[in-house]
Amino acid sequence: MWKLEARSAPSDFWRIASPLLALVLTVILGVLLFMALGKDPVKGLLVFFWEPIRSGYALGELVVKATPLLLIALGLALCFRSNVWNIGAEGQYVMGAVFAAGVALLAEKTSGAWFFVPVLLSGVIGGMCWAAITAWLRDRFHANEILVSLMLVYVAIMVLGFLVYGPWKDPLGYNFPQTKTFEAATQVPRLFKGSRVNIGVLLALAGVAAMWVFMFRTRAGWAQQIGGLAPAAARYAGFSSRRAIWLALLVSGACAGLAGALEVAGPIGQLTPYVPVGYGFAAIIVAFVGRLHPVGMVFSAILMSMFYIGGELAQSRLGLPKSLTGVFQGLLLFCLLACDVLMNYRLRWKTSQAMGGV
Amino acid sequence: MSQTALLELNRISKRYPAVLANDQISLQVKPGEIHAILGENGAGKSTLMKIIYGAVQPDQGDIRFNGQQVQIRNPQQARALGISMVFQHFSLFDTLTVAQNVWLGLDKSLSLAEVSRRIREKAAAYGLDLEPERPVHTLSVGEMQRVEIIRALLCEPRLLILDEPTSVLTPQAVDKLFAVLRQLVAEGCSILYISHKLHEIRALCTHCTVLRAGKVTGECDPREQTNASLSQMMIGSEPPALVHLDRKRGERVLEVKQLSLPRLDPFGTHLSSVDLQVHQGEIVGIAGVSGNGQRELLYALSGEDVRATTGSIRLAGQAVGDQGPAQRRALGLHFVPDERLGRGAVPALSLAHNLLLTRSEAISDSGWIDMSALAAQAQAIIAKYQVKAGGSQAAAQSLSGGNLQKFIVGREIDATPKLLIVSQPTWGVDVGAAAQIRAALVALRDAGCAVLVVSEELDELFELCDRMHVMAQGRMSPSLSREQATVAKIGSWMSGLWTETEEAVN
Repeated sequence: MWKLEARSAPSDFWRIASPLLALVLTVILGVLLFMALGKDPVKGLLVFFWEPIRSGYALGELVVKATPLLLIALGLALCFRSNVWNIGAEGQYVMGAVFAAGVALLAEKTSGAWFFVPVLLSGVIGGMCWAAITAWLRDRFHANEILVSLMLVYVAIMVLGFLVYGPWKDPLGYNFPQTKTFEAATQVPRLFKGSRVNIGVLLALAGVAAMWVFMFRTRAGWAQQIGGLAPAAARYAGFSSRRAIWLALLVSGACAGLAGALEVAGPIGQLTPYVPVGYGFAAIIVAFVGRLHPVGMVFSAILMSMFYIGGELAQSRLGLPKSLTGVFQGLLLFCLLACDVLMNYRLRWKTSQAMGGV
Repeated sequence: MSQTALLELNRISKRYPAVLANDQISLQVKPGEIHAILGENGAGKSTLMKIIYGAVQPDQGDIRFNGQQVQIRNPQQARALGISMVFQHFSLFDTLTVAQNVWLGLDKSLSLAEVSRRIREKAAAYGLDLEPERPVHTLSVGEMQRVEIIRALLCEPRLLILDEPTSVLTPQAVDKLFAVLRQLVAEGCSILYISHKLHEIRALCTHCTVLRAGKVTGECDPREQTNASLSQMMIGSEPPALVHLDRKRGERVLEVKQLSLPRLDPFGTHLSSVDLQVHQGEIVGIAGVSGNGQRELLYALSGEDVRATTGSIRLAGQAVGDQGPAQRRALGLHFVPDERLGRGAVPALSLAHNLLLTRSEAISDSGWIDMSALAAQAQAIIAKYQVKAGGSQAAAQSLSGGNLQKFIVGREIDATPKLLIVSQPTWGVDVGAAAQIRAALVALRDAGCAVLVVSEELDELFELCDRMHVMAQGRMSPSLSREQATVAKIGSWMSGLWTETEEAVN
């Protein structure tokens, strides 16, 4: 009989191996899924894991989608490490996009190329403001931040809907619910010709470095995480839990807001009701699969980006529904949580003999 | 043939992840016997009792009850066999009455009125004073224990297990409990009595099994033993006695004046007009049954609770009642809490990182952590206080309770505090480490530091302290010098029976 035996200390090996095993299990389950759907599993896997890295252009698209995921996940990781459960990054992302669009709409044909800077800053502020509502309610009224931040996602989407169906609707847009296309000056500079990759990816990588330094090399970042690991110890040491709540939510709001701004001022180029595509929720998975570690999240963001692209390709190439993306995301998170058991437990084969007749 | 044993354990073993809690333990309990299980914290007593009560399954070995081999899968089955247990921590619902609480654990075919009647009957039979209609939250700790005992007795047990029953009782209440237990035994019930208090075992028990590190290290008739010989069996060796130098006390470091605080949680204790002073070069002890306001007082003193009016707590002359832990630490107050994992240390982090909770030598002015300086600092404390750990990068949770306590005490002493407050310094710590920690506290006192010790262990306070207070029901007794303090006096004060006019030595 197999038995789970508790380890005396979490295994370092499985800390790294668990996400990899989870990925393998996800792939196996994916193969079974394709077979059940009557599709060639090899083709299915190629669509998800080969097509997105096949060419320079495909790689560019991979990076374009990984960038917002990574940015949002960076902020969420700080939140989760601080025991602040911000589930509403999607809403902060949307508000970032809305604030950025508000500034972008002010641009004129003659505006200079610097105009993208205030657009991005405005997005950062938008995300922070939206997260600040959650922080304030939690701090002032002990409201549950999971519920508040999640509900605010839907409020944010409503606000977006109101603006694009109402005051900000493009008068020359044939009544489509979208703003006019932003002026070229608001475009975030691209890095290469023929690819949509822009400086957002550099900002995200800078964020990785900054977050690593903050978390692991500064007293403030260290103190921030104690509240998540051992709240009583944080109190004993005298670290303020209020400060931790505000800092975590403002940073993650800023990251999500920046991601939203980079989307509307980058690949999308206008505000539409289709801005929210679930990056804020997918980033939660990115954060956990990446072990809440800035470097780990680079890899998990790329993986999650593959799922996004693979889902779209599966729709056009294999005639499968796009919701396959969500299925793969869910499978990965599920497998990861299951594999994480191995971090704290080891599997042991026990004969009934050794059980002493119990 | 001699009497058959009521309970017979044969080579019982139980392994937990880090420790072999029980290693081939065999013992026999005869009918009508008060059988002591003696051992230090962590010797495996509680695990063994949980196995007998069916709350934990052994990995190996077998159990015979009344001559029959049995497998006790759960507590219900144990009760059906006639085994009852009174746990150290009560499982009572505060909002329900005594009768309702007892009813919850019983056969549901009985009516509540019937249960109340039976409680009265049992209470009268054993001289246990208890009103079935009273809500549990109005009871004292001793009365709550009576509820647990009556609940156990209503199952008409043939074997009653008591886990450290006196740790929450005043010396007077202990005598009462012993009378009940003797009566039970006279009626043919057997008792398994778990404790690490030697004099109790010698006074009460007729047979004693000693455990050390999960193994049986001796069996004896405790009435024929001395404290020294029992503790020899329990700990393997006698720790060296403390040398207590007389030293003149210096300036006043801590002054608490008329500190009153309403409790924070509904099951806490209100602090009412607490007065306390601690001077340089003295160790002041606070005795008392836990749950009488010690926890609340320590929160207020450490700065984890900042509701105190600012003048009610003075540290080196400065009013600090409304200041947080970091500000008080800057004034020289260091504190060792009784919860080590989770409060005194972050379980998942390394010892080096755990230094950062209260120490900032390795942090530059701009907030950068110098990793190598931090590791060196941790290594120095590990070496100086002989902490057994896998180096400065070992996680706090990988250390044994005693070693982690040595590290935490070392961390705070190493900061050269003006005032050190220690709560339960040797709770759950093995004897060797306990002696080391006490020696460190005395050395600190001799170096001129003011030390305040809160402990449940009277022996420890008598050994360490120059003066002693008792806390009861959120009030602080006047102080007694070591010469004035006797176990009987402290004992009666533990139930709040002191006169305010009693001459105080301040």
